[in-house]
Amino acid sequence: MLAYIIRRIFLLIPTLLGISIIIFLMMHITPGDPAELLLGERATVKSLEAMREHLGLNEPLLVQYGMFLKRLAKGDLGETIWTRQKVWIEVKQRFPATIELSVAAMVISTLLGIILGIISATKQYSVFDYISMLGALVGVSMPIFWLGLVLMLIFSLHLGWFPMSGRLSVNIDLHTITNFYILDALLTKNWAAFKDALWHLTLPAFTLSTIPIAIVARMTRSSMLEVLRQDYIKTAKAKGLSPLVVVLKHALRNALIPVVTVIGLMFGILLAGAILTETIFAWPGVGKWLYDAVLQRDYMVIQGGTLFVAGIFVIINVIVDVLYAVINPKISVQ
Amino acid sequence: MASLLQRKKSARNPEERHPFFDQLEQLWRNKTAVAGLLVITLFVLTAILAPFLSPHNPVEASLYDQIIPPIWEEGGTWNNILGTDDLGRDILSRLVYGARVSLFVALATVGIAVFFGSFLGAISGYYKGFLDNIIMRFMDILLAFPHILLAIVIMAYLGPGLTNAMIAIGIIYIPRFARIVRASVLEECEKDYVTASRSVGARDWRIIFVAILPNCLAPLIVQTTLGFASAILDAAALGFLGLGAQPPTPEWGAMIAMGRSHILRAWWVMTFPGIAILFAVLGFNLFGDGLRDALDPRLRD
Repeated sequence: MLAYIIRRIFLLIPTLLGISIIIFLMMHITPGDPAELLLGERATVKSLEAMREHLGLNEPLLVQYGMFLKRLAKGDLGETIWTRQKVWIEVKQRFPATIELSVAAMVISTLLGIILGIISATKQYSVFDYISMLGALVGVSMPIFWLGLVLMLIFSLHLGWFPMSGRLSVNIDLHTITNFYILDALLTKNWAAFKDALWHLTLPAFTLSTIPIAIVARMTRSSMLEVLRQDYIKTAKAKGLSPLVVVLKHALRNALIPVVTVIGLMFGILLAGAILTETIFAWPGVGKWLYDAVLQRDYMVIQGGTLFVAGIFVIINVIVDVLYAVINPKISVQ
Repeated sequence: MASLLQRKKSARNPEERHPFFDQLEQLWRNKTAVAGLLVITLFVLTAILAPFLSPHNPVEASLYDQIIPPIWEEGGTWNNILGTDDLGRDILSRLVYGARVSLFVALATVGIAVFFGSFLGAISGYYKGFLDNIIMRFMDILLAFPHILLAIVIMAYLGPGLTNAMIAIGIIYIPRFARIVRASVLEECEKDYVTASRSVGARDWRIIFVAILPNCLAPLIVQTTLGFASAILDAAALGFLGLGAQPPTPEWGAMIAMGRSHILRAWWVMTFPGIAILFAVLGFNLFGDGLRDALDPRLRD
């Protein structure tokens, strides 16, 4: 087991290097001069030359990549072009918002997805099964930016139940410690802020969770169906156990193994979906920040932010793999 | 083909029938697949017949017809059944032409991905070893970026536009096709007919592309169908973000973005394009699921 974990971690290195190479090359392969990309079309010859010198663009490509890696190793993601702030500091400010949103969406989709999946599997070919599976298919076929707008139109503009955007109302004071607003509110026992933060979180989190709910529900259903066909389930039923106990205690445990992987892989969907969801709900997270950077052509933010998000994504995938090996010992033999 | 038909005619005994017809029959019996096929047919026909179906010019603004609601709302007219947007353009006509844009984008992106993906996957699976390692590690790295993020980043460097969007989405889809083709090629390589081709002196490229690849079509077709669904979604997302199709192109995602600023005054401007996307994508997803069940039972989830 330990050997497997160590091997997985070592395999991270080439992937992370690969990511850095792609992001590094993206800047240099694309037509045009990176210094001009950074400074814009109206830059003077002199400032361009200075920028080139500053970025080390006059060095050979390999040396430049070496310099790039060296800075990365020191945790330096560069400076933003417009605000002249460290990219790393900006990421740190915004990442908690994205995590908060993703975790909320993950909780919703795991709970709802597993419940829907179990009911569908135990009542296979029933009306409920058909409707929820059709619903799941509609869920993965829906553009989530559109769903977000529709939810906003119905629940905030017409019914006024939820706020349209942001993480917190203006009139609420919150002393931030971790920048996870919900956690901060709990830590400072600020119940008004806690309620307000949850209230702001609801619509974006539901929007972001549509696709994952659908995926988890389908996965749970098919894996549950497979387990329910097995002999030990028959034995459990024959012993006279109540159907609820058979499903929840005997079947669910084994059925959940593949579901766990899917839930782990969902993180990528959530991070990508966060770009769209955050943009719609003006949620001040990494996704919106990256999108704004694309619009403003802040290439340093794009470079640093992408590296950060891709790096996090890869590391999470490794953690999921390892967890999967822990709950399913069969895998580590391979 | 002629021999296939002949065989079908003479097939009194079911065992003599070509397995292709069993799969076709299975597909036909799958109601969701048939429903999906219907939606796809409708979508494709709309795209092809757009000039005949749309009542108005999709990009022509009309000052006097701004923000007309759909027919069933108060103030709606038969002239603009689904209403107009803030520039007075007919929503229905824009939706109809939008089908054309979506279909074109889907064909181009999936085309790019299938072409490069199958090529890389096939040589990866056939030559194995070092080449395989290099190609597949590269695919892993592409997969290391959360889905649409890579497309957005590529767009940031290439600049906005429909062509660049197609290139960006095409690139991010390459790994999934490469992986599937590689897995099937690895499996097929073990079979006797490959050894037989080798022993009669067929060249590598002939073995790969003429002998092996046609036998890997089943999973490739399934993935292609599902790829259409996600290509339409992703192209719409890029369009919505203002990185894909540029105005006045009637693209569904861009239409939603336009309608967003009038969400309170004119809900229909952003609602209908979303429904159009939903239906088109649902069609491909339904059909893809049905195909998977019929062609490749191993792939069922």
